[in-house]
Amino acid sequence: MIELKSVTKAYGRGESRTEVLKGISLEIGDSAFTVILGASGSGKSTLLNVMSGLELPDEGEVLYDGTNIVLLSEERRTAFRKEHVGFIFQQYYLLPNLNVDKNVKMGADLAGNRDYREIIRAIGMEEKLQKYPGQLSGGEQQRVAVARALAKKPGVLFLDEPTGALDEQTGRQVLAYILKLHEEYRFTAVMVTHNENIAGMADVVIRMNSGRISDIYRNTVTKNAYEIGW
Amino acid sequence: MVVGIKDTVKLLGIAVIVCCAVLVCTLFLNYHMDLAAIENEIVTEQMRIMYEALLATAKVVCAVSGGCLLMTSVVMLFFYIKHYIDTHKKELGILKALGYGRWQIARHFWVFGISVLTGALAGFGGALLCMPYFYGTQGVDGPLPEIPLRIHPELLLWLVLVPAVVFSGLSILYAGRKLKQPVLRLLKEQGNLSGSIRQSAGKIRIKGEAREGSFLAELRRSTLREKKVLVFFVIFASFCFSAMTQMSFQMNELSSVMMGVMILLIGLVLACTTLFMAITTVVKGNTRTIALMRVMGYSHRDCVRALLGGYRVMGYVGFAIGSVYQYLLLKIMVSVVFEDVAGMPDYSFDVPVMLLSLGAFVVVYEFVMYWYGERIKKTDLKEIMLE
Repeated sequence: MIELKSVTKAYGRGESRTEVLKGISLEIGDSAFTVILGASGSGKSTLLNVMSGLELPDEGEVLYDGTNIVLLSEERRTAFRKEHVGFIFQQYYLLPNLNVDKNVKMGADLAGNRDYREIIRAIGMEEKLQKYPGQLSGGEQQRVAVARALAKKPGVLFLDEPTGALDEQTGRQVLAYILKLHEEYRFTAVMVTHNENIAGMADVVIRMNSGRISDIYRNTVTKNAYEIGW
Repeated sequence: MVVGIKDTVKLLGIAVIVCCAVLVCTLFLNYHMDLAAIENEIVTEQMRIMYEALLATAKVVCAVSGGCLLMTSVVMLFFYIKHYIDTHKKELGILKALGYGRWQIARHFWVFGISVLTGALAGFGGALLCMPYFYGTQGVDGPLPEIPLRIHPELLLWLVLVPAVVFSGLSILYAGRKLKQPVLRLLKEQGNLSGSIRQSAGKIRIKGEAREGSFLAELRRSTLREKKVLVFFVIFASFCFSAMTQMSFQMNELSSVMMGVMILLIGLVLACTTLFMAITTVVKGNTRTIALMRVMGYSHRDCVRALLGGYRVMGYVGFAIGSVYQYLLLKIMVSVVFEDVAGMPDYSFDVPVMLLSLGAFVVVYEFVMYWYGERIKKTDLKEIMLE
């Protein structure tokens, strides 16, 4: 379980100081699919970064099954990410000089996962193993990023606007793959998005506004990627 | 416009190399010209032998050192221009999309010639300062009459102004050639795999099928493959270090202490500048890769090994080549050029000096790598999100 206790985060100093997170406390259960919704500047991406250990909060605790990752050294936090966390970004961030196979292997090697090609197959990219990112469409690149993140068998997957750079059809397709893999591997998923419709897919929805949580609710019925609006 | 005077500061490496080349060439060409002027005073056979040996030395040093260094400067210039265009693709693409012609953009690259001018002027000035000492050590105990020092102003034209103009022209031509690519290709972030990378992709596939390398090994290979010219620079830096430190020790015995010190300083400056330039480019060009690796959980050590580890072997290859080169060059000089000069000591490969040089090289190289390792450690993870 992920637990945040009274987390605050500010950028800048003096008059230019902006408080981005204002005392956030929340709990995310194992294997849950959580969506963090909010407008631009609401603090949702900073929350994701703090929650995943990419950034340290100014105050507060970030607990993973009772372990406060804020107190870990940089090296131990890196090791923690290696063991437990996967990321998917809006801009894919594939390594342009490595082919699909090697990009996915980047994640697989961290977990000693020799069966990583099964994930490539699951996202329908087995025919393009030897292609380079520049030879793939945006949707295909994001699917490779999904495979790379899951090849390291993370306990928690953080997704930062994974469909933000995709058109509707491709976005739905990528979300469908993510949901399918979530059902299969049962990792905890935390997705940040400004797309209200995607909230319909989540078990839990956290709504943010001006650095604070304005609402948390649980969906009784979840929709699939093709049932939500866009 | 896109290219400005401030961009020439980044060409410090070229300025340093040109400075060394012009320093050496000015010293030896000026000496050659003054030596040629006393030909009428050469009356005995012993004087003629010494005279011709010194003339030949000046020519060989100018041709080998000056020529090699100038060629390296050209390679470095082309590398910088290509690197500049690669890192400013979007701005250049926008200019082309707005209707600027490629030569209209390329002509602004003349400013890169300023680095050459700066380096050449520094080298020329340094040579003028060193000249009295240099003349004092050349053939001082030999049978030749004293060689009067005269400054030859034409050298300023041929070693400073002409190279600056030629390098400016080369910059424009090379930039024009590189800007020939279509606007969309300049504007597109990815999907611009060059022919050579596509070609090597084919080769990797064949290798990949036979051997399943780890991600880190593949990243190490692709880092080396991506910018082959940086491999050349690392080899060149090690080559300079090895050849010139070993040669400087021999010069104490074969020529003079001043020559030894001069060669040692030039070697160290060249080696350090080139190595720093090459490794800085590797680290800066891979900032996002480093950030992504750290985000995913790769340790700092993994990042350093994957990005810089491949260059270590190249460094030692360069050192070995430098050792052989300095041995052959000095052997030829002693046994061919100075064959008939009386009192010239025999020259053989000096193993202790080579081991000493190797020890110093290991210390310097590993220190540089450690320093860059620490820089990699400080890479901001948010680098990955700044888009």
